[in-house]
Amino acid sequence: MSEQRISIIQNILSANDAIAENNRQLLKQARLFSINLMASPGAGKTTLIEQTIKNLTNELRILVIDGDIATTFDADRASAAGATAIQINTGGDCHLDAVMLNKALLQADLYQFDLLIVENVGNLVCPASFDLGTALNVLVASVPEGHDKPHKYPSMYRGVDYVILNKIDLLPYVDFDVEFFRKGLEALNPSVDLLLVSCRTGEGLSRWFQWLHKRINEYRTLLVE
Amino acid sequence: MHELAVTQSILGVVLDHAAKANATKVTKIYLVIGDLSSIVDESVQFYWEIIAKDTLAEQAELVFQRVAATFRCLECQTVYQLDGQAVFCPSCGSSRIEVLGGEEFYIEAIDIET
Repeated sequence: MSEQRISIIQNILSANDAIAENNRQLLKQARLFSINLMASPGAGKTTLIEQTIKNLTNELRILVIDGDIATTFDADRASAAGATAIQINTGGDCHLDAVMLNKALLQADLYQFDLLIVENVGNLVCPASFDLGTALNVLVASVPEGHDKPHKYPSMYRGVDYVILNKIDLLPYVDFDVEFFRKGLEALNPSVDLLLVSCRTGEGLSRWFQWLHKRINEYRTLLVE
Repeated sequence: MHELAVTQSILGVVLDHAAKANATKVTKIYLVIGDLSSIVDESVQFYWEIIAKDTLAEQAELVFQRVAATFRCLECQTVYQLDGQAVFCPSCGSSRIEVLGGEEFYIEAIDIET
């Protein structure tokens, strides 16, 4: 018997990351731009998706993949709004991982769509650790959550490409300091853009739709190159 | 909450490397985990004892090297660690900061018997 030390230096979630890369390639082949939409429960992910479908359904073919611990409520709402929707029930897991998304991707004809929205499980901790292989990560924050959230969930706020602050129609009634929130976000993620919206009144949403169009065009242009 | 998935991934990586080295037993696993990665050592240990059972790594000791969340202020160059307050620079209050450490999340090495 002999003892020895083997050097590894390997990311703990390397297996997930490899499948995420596989997903990324599948989506590229289909020229399908995709976002991983993350938020705490109740921030307005599903409402944002409904608004997006209703407003863009004539311009974009949208596929929604919905992750939840239980129920098909969210996929039902996306279907009712006019999109093709696939529900993933994680059966207790607090996040989606690349394997779950891979299974869902294989259920759809990815070539038939222009935009894939993956709605992650409502949670500001666990989804941040699991790359899914989407083109971009988007976070929906909301006014009732409070302006201190970037400081409390730094890994989530550091890992996203775009932040939407929802429910700004509540600003007159809630002690939410937009500048403090913006400063916390800038500290952790200096290059990220912040968009203020209300999915209830529609304020700010036109900029979200413009952002999506712009990113889809950029994604396709990069693929051609 | 995602420590089960994390622990399963650790076991997968460890058993993979142990098999390649023809190990008969894994005795230690060295993990480097930054404080920004939202992982609780005790939870990983708890799951480990369940999922590593009946594997080569059943007896392995998990050695956690924690790395503090460390920042540097880009205005006044102060280097600081989070102390339960906002992430801003504690000296000058600036939000122009960079992360120096705390996002590590890897398996550094394993000790095996062959």
